Amino acid sequence: MIPMAFFKKSPWLLHYDASSCNGCDIEVLACLTPIYDVERFGVINTGNPKHADILLITGAVNAQNEEVVRNLYAQMADPKVVVAAGACALSGGVFQDSYNVLGGVDRVIPVDVYVPGCATRPEAIIDGVVQALAVLERKAAEMKRRGAPEQPEKPA
Amino acid sequence: MSRRTIIPFGPQHPVLPEPIHLDLVMEDEKVVEAIPSIGFIHRGLEKMAEKKDFQEMAYIAERICGICSFIHSMGYCQAIEAVLRLEIPRRAEFLRVIWGEMSRIHSHLLWLGLTADAFGFESLFMHTWRLREKLLDLIEETSGGRVIFGVCKVGGVRRDVDAEALDRLLAALADLEADCREIAAVFARDASVQRRLSGIGVLPKEEALRLGAVGPTLRGSGVPSDSRRLGYAAYDALDWAPVTEEAGDCRARCLVRMREIAQSFDLIRQAVAKIPEGPVSAKVVGAPRGEYFARLEQPRGEVVYYVKGNGTKHLERFRVRTPTFANLPPLLKILQGCELPDVPIIVLTIDPCISCAER
Repeated sequence: MIPMAFFKKSPWLLHYDASSCNGCDIEVLACLTPIYDVERFGVINTGNPKHADILLITGAVNAQNEEVVRNLYAQMADPKVVVAAGACALSGGVFQDSYNVLGGVDRVIPVDVYVPGCATRPEAIIDGVVQALAVLERKAAEMKRRGAPEQPEKPA
Repeated sequence: MSRRTIIPFGPQHPVLPEPIHLDLVMEDEKVVEAIPSIGFIHRGLEKMAEKKDFQEMAYIAERICGICSFIHSMGYCQAIEAVLRLEIPRRAEFLRVIWGEMSRIHSHLLWLGLTADAFGFESLFMHTWRLREKLLDLIEETSGGRVIFGVCKVGGVRRDVDAEALDRLLAALADLEADCREIAAVFARDASVQRRLSGIGVLPKEEALRLGAVGPTLRGSGVPSDSRRLGYAAYDALDWAPVTEEAGDCRARCLVRMREIAQSFDLIRQAVAKIPEGPVSAKVVGAPRGEYFARLEQPRGEVVYYVKGNGTKHLERFRVRTPTFANLPPLLKILQGCELPDVPIIVLTIDPCISCAER
């Protein structure tokens, strides 16, 4: 694992609830509050997908959320990493037999880090995000090696 | 006549921890109508009762919502126990009250924090959640889980809490109560909080009754209605009265929840003082045949569970009417005519739990 000091930039995080029971969501929020306080390491929970490096999804994806999840992922700029948090996000959890649930997040978008638990604990989420940072670095290096995509010319 | 514009609000929005979509029909800066569209967290949970064993279903019922988790499993178990005509041990009923009230404090603290965040009082949000973490430690110590307790089962509770642990619990709760009083004073008296909450989103008493509001939304409009008065579990042995406020605005709903936190501390103290010795679970024999409505008080209001069994281990029908669903019509009413910047705070004061409402 790459130590935190290695990172030059603060990773911003976008959280979306793709049909979770709230259990994992409040644990994601708990990561921001004084006991865990990930903001002191520069991890910021943003509401804007265009600002985010990490997409943190809780809950199994249901039929109505499929398009929203795809949309959020598409709006994020490269390099980007997806973290699935909680039993439902991994496989559908207790809801996997349900008629309205597609299953884990990886049925819809590619997932890089899987965080288990029902409800997943804040420590586990933080560990998952730290692992996601290593993936993010790797993806960034890969992008650099291949060369950045051509920027459109600015209008005169 | 000004032109109407429609502003989409959600499903993914910085102030929303859960997805819901509102189309806000605006005339200049005023909201004239709010049109909700829901279904983002629908998991088809009621239908699952037909596939799962009725005892196994207790843990799925707990996952209707991760915030009011314990009371959901408690309500489901009460309904099934009534159909089975199963008498559960008195000690289990008292333990259910203790965990139920702890879950109420945790839910109200969570809500107070989110509200502080919604009106931009970041440090108050952090302090409220710092206190909530202390409570979560106590919940973990007694039940084993932080947000999903997993202790309620058909026939009683899964684990006992011994006298020593109950004493430790009381001592820790006393510390926490003093801290909560400090936070409560900020919500009740701080000038900037007052300006943000007073007179916003007023729901008059008659409207609240006509539109079927429940819980703190109803009690904030001066109606002393609380399902715990039915005396289920061990509430019949405890001495208390529903908390009400008269004003009906956002501040009144906030004050009701704050005073309910204090009341819950008191209820836990009473329950610990009166808890009898004995077993904590009864043996479950047979399968449910017949139907029953169970009514309980969630942190967000009255919740109704309907179960219908046909004598097999799978239920024929399971239905939940959650408090957020009952509070949506009053919410749409008070959103009409409000200013756009007040929308998040008004939506929050009914304490919406989308995952309960959609299941």
